[in-house]
Amino acid sequence: MKHNIILPYGDKSGDGKVQLSFTLPVPPDDWGKEAAKQLLKQMGFEGIIICGVRDLHEGFTHFIAYAVTHCSIDASKIKVKKVETPIMEMEEVDEFIRENIGRKITVVGACIESDAHTVGIDAIMNMKGYNHRYGLERYKWFNAINLGAQVPCEELLHRAREENADAVLVSQVVTQNNIHIHNLTRLIELAETEKLRDKMLFICGGPKISHELAIELGYDAGFGSGTYANEVASYIVVTLAKKLAQKS
Amino acid sequence: MLKLELDPEMQHRARKAATSIVDSLKWLFEEYSSVTIERTVLRLLGINGATEEGTPYPNVVCDHLQQRNALLRGAAIPLANAIIYTGMTAQQIAEEVAIGNLDLTKTPVSSPNEIYQVLDKLSDKMLIHITKQRETREQLLQTYGPRRIPAIYVIVATGNIYEDVVQAKAAAYEGADIIAVIRSTAQSLLDYVPYGATTEGFGGTYATQENFRIMRAALDEVAASEKRYIGLTNYSSGLCMPEIAAMGAMERLDYMLNDAMYGILFRDINPKRTLLDQYYSRMINAYAGIEIQTGEDNYLTTSDAIEKAYTVTASQLLNEQFALLSGVKPEKMGLGHAFEIDPDLEDSFTYELAHALLTRELFPGYPVKYMPPTKFASGNIFKTYLMDAMFNFAGKLTHQGVQLLGMLTEAIHTPHLSDRSLAIENALYVFNAIKSLDENIALVPDSFINKRANQVLKEATDFLERVEKEGLFRALEKGEFADIKRPENGGKGLNGVFHKDYEYFNPFLEKMKKELGL
Repeated sequence: MKHNIILPYGDKSGDGKVQLSFTLPVPPDDWGKEAAKQLLKQMGFEGIIICGVRDLHEGFTHFIAYAVTHCSIDASKIKVKKVETPIMEMEEVDEFIRENIGRKITVVGACIESDAHTVGIDAIMNMKGYNHRYGLERYKWFNAINLGAQVPCEELLHRAREENADAVLVSQVVTQNNIHIHNLTRLIELAETEKLRDKMLFICGGPKISHELAIELGYDAGFGSGTYANEVASYIVVTLAKKLAQKS
Repeated sequence: MLKLELDPEMQHRARKAATSIVDSLKWLFEEYSSVTIERTVLRLLGINGATEEGTPYPNVVCDHLQQRNALLRGAAIPLANAIIYTGMTAQQIAEEVAIGNLDLTKTPVSSPNEIYQVLDKLSDKMLIHITKQRETREQLLQTYGPRRIPAIYVIVATGNIYEDVVQAKAAAYEGADIIAVIRSTAQSLLDYVPYGATTEGFGGTYATQENFRIMRAALDEVAASEKRYIGLTNYSSGLCMPEIAAMGAMERLDYMLNDAMYGILFRDINPKRTLLDQYYSRMINAYAGIEIQTGEDNYLTTSDAIEKAYTVTASQLLNEQFALLSGVKPEKMGLGHAFEIDPDLEDSFTYELAHALLTRELFPGYPVKYMPPTKFASGNIFKTYLMDAMFNFAGKLTHQGVQLLGMLTEAIHTPHLSDRSLAIENALYVFNAIKSLDENIALVPDSFINKRANQVLKEATDFLERVEKEGLFRALEKGEFADIKRPENGGKGLNGVFHKDYEYFNPFLEKMKKELGL
């Protein structure tokens, strides 16, 4: 098998085995099972085994299946947009700011609009941080202002201007009906109208946010779940230092 | 049987401190009211619906009075006065006020006797309806038998009440005992309750009286065919605590998320507003026989679950005392706690057992509510499913009152139909597998579990005694709770709090207090 061609792996190289689980509005009988099989066939699967059939009531059935795909990926053609600045630890970040910027970095963060879930913004900004990685409040050279949940875009931008912020951090956890896209777009459009967009870094984060999506929406960077404060901090300080160097 | 030996002296000290903290706020409950309390009175007197622009009529009337500085005697007196003068119903008056045809401050003043008579009649009518709803619930429970221990509690959250009905019914048929319809995100910060059936929401479905009615009817249908009572939950929290409680009382909801301090800490609602609103909302819940549930899980999702375990205990004790003051009986207090310890920690499950037993034994006979792992639920659904099984094991072994089932897709999306089904299958398997295990085992003398539980109790006691000394408002201001600083006059909704006039009258408050023996 060529190493640059990628296929799913079950227990043999290139066997193309995948595991699937889905629900159909069909009864849990042979007819329903056949419907599930045909659906998988239409998706291009072969060697379909429907191994689990669970009655969900109200006319729905849950199927668990294994199947074989012949789809494959050419490894050399995969391109991922990601934050490329080096990642430093907290102490290193503080040291970096002291040496390269020489003043405190102000960051204003919030969960905007309807979003009431602060778990993300708190993990990045609060003293305590997450999983033994301290948040930005703990950093000596950061002035971290966490506005909390359900902050209107206007209020966040107003505060960012008032504090002369270096970066705005936005968290969006609720994503039903793509509400996060709507909220994030609104913020960036307002920032442009208020001529703040180019004065500071705009960074977003959340379980359904990728760097690629963030760039697409007009942000400087985006971070997904599992990101720690030091990763965000590293990005901010390195990017700001670069900007400073370009100016001088 | 797993049995702790909790230091009785420490329990006494903890309860004494909690009682003293809560008692020090009696001035607030006696002397103040809020706009949502007055809107509740208007709802209970028969005002419902909304204008074409969507402003609920209770808000129209309440705002009308507040703008004319005529709310200080409460909304009941001016409404009754207008009923006498115009001969119209409460609803018709609200509609006339909305289109500007009627000014409640300009109607001739009737005698107090006439006003009290009108209010007596109208309030009796509503209280009889609420009492009937309570009796219906009691009768159904008697017919179908007592609920499972722990009761299986699942959430639905599609945003569309009709879609919620499909999911709730499916879950109930599979074994769910309690259905919670999660509210649309941000509803807690609306200073009004939306009206009518709703089909669009984010992360949940709006709590409206019509939505309550639709879901109630659907669950009663399943109950009748399954011969098992299916409970319904919503959220008496945020800026409209008592209004939601009243709507739930009218539509026979069985449970209400109804925490004394959650709004202050986690929604930045003004402390006085929240404490006042919780007092009245809990009284309505008590009167209607609605079981309240508290949100201590939130202390652990924002802090370390071992280091801050005592904050859960302290909050439970405060919630208990606040609830007693409103007439809620212990058997209707679903005090909360959660399974949120880092699964990578050695003996994490042993710690969880200690904490779960502590809640169970500190509050014997209370339907305590156990919340699932969420903080360490990652996108690895297989690992989360395993953690949920451990959580179910702890819940069954320690006889929790209500088990809010974890979803394998926690942290990914609001539960899909199959996610919920798998969660119920998980719980039913574990509950059945260890049905009588607890009768066969005991803690060894001087066990870690016993020591740990007593340690948490001691930390909670020390904390409560400190709060008692400095006062609740000062403690909130200093960030003693959940590391969040909440000043007495900060937060949302303070402008809706007012000092009651000496002529203030709320017919429901008086009658409920009497009935509840307060």
